[in-house]
Amino acid sequence: MTGSLLSWALAFALACISLAILLSLFRLVRGPTMGDRILAVDTLTINVIALIILFGIAEATTTYFESALLLAMVAFVATVAYCKFLLRGDIVE
Amino acid sequence: MSLAAEILIAALLVIGGIFTLVGSWGLARLPSLMTRLHGPTKATTVGVGACLIASMIYFPASGQAWSAHELLITIFLLLTAPISANMIAKAHLHRQGHSIDPNPADGIVSGLPAPPGGGDWATFEGAAAGPAKLPALLKD
Repeated sequence: MTGSLLSWALAFALACISLAILLSLFRLVRGPTMGDRILAVDTLTINVIALIILFGIAEATTTYFESALLLAMVAFVATVAYCKFLLRGDIVE
Repeated sequence: MSLAAEILIAALLVIGGIFTLVGSWGLARLPSLMTRLHGPTKATTVGVGACLIASMIYFPASGQAWSAHELLITIFLLLTAPISANMIAKAHLHRQGHSIDPNPADGIVSGLPAPPGGGDWATFEGAAAGPAKLPALLKD
């Protein structure tokens, strides 16, 4: 179904996002402060959402969108919970 | 699938990949957290948005049913990216102000001036009228 132009663009985008995931992992391991690590996890999750979407296009199936949506929601809640814990020393006060 | 749709989808995919890569490159390359926040919150959001729009065009163009999931994810990411960036900046400012794992590249190590209402920067009591009572864990 996919033409050569589309498969080329898909391969390019997949390579870019894989490289982006590696760069976020580098910041996650390296990051000197706690905020850097939270930001790296947040970026990592957003990159994984993009990867899932591209995989869905490559496989021509819409099954993976639910997991991408769930991942977006869980990532947001996790980031806010981490930051809340750093700010207040507690998550639910 | 028509050629125009294919070109449009391919362009959106390339734009999405490049912007996502630039965002993460900024995250890895920039010197301090306050500058690092720029990459993932702006460039990566645009990149993921472009990928989602490409997917939103691809499925109707290839004859499958249109679904609202991509639009939901796009709107959700656009709504939550600034909020999580603000939370990270607040937590970082709080920790730097109290010299908890300080990062010299930030330039906010030497202590911040007190906020006008008393209390502490970037916490709920910072906006309150009276001086704040911090929880015991954060007092040092």
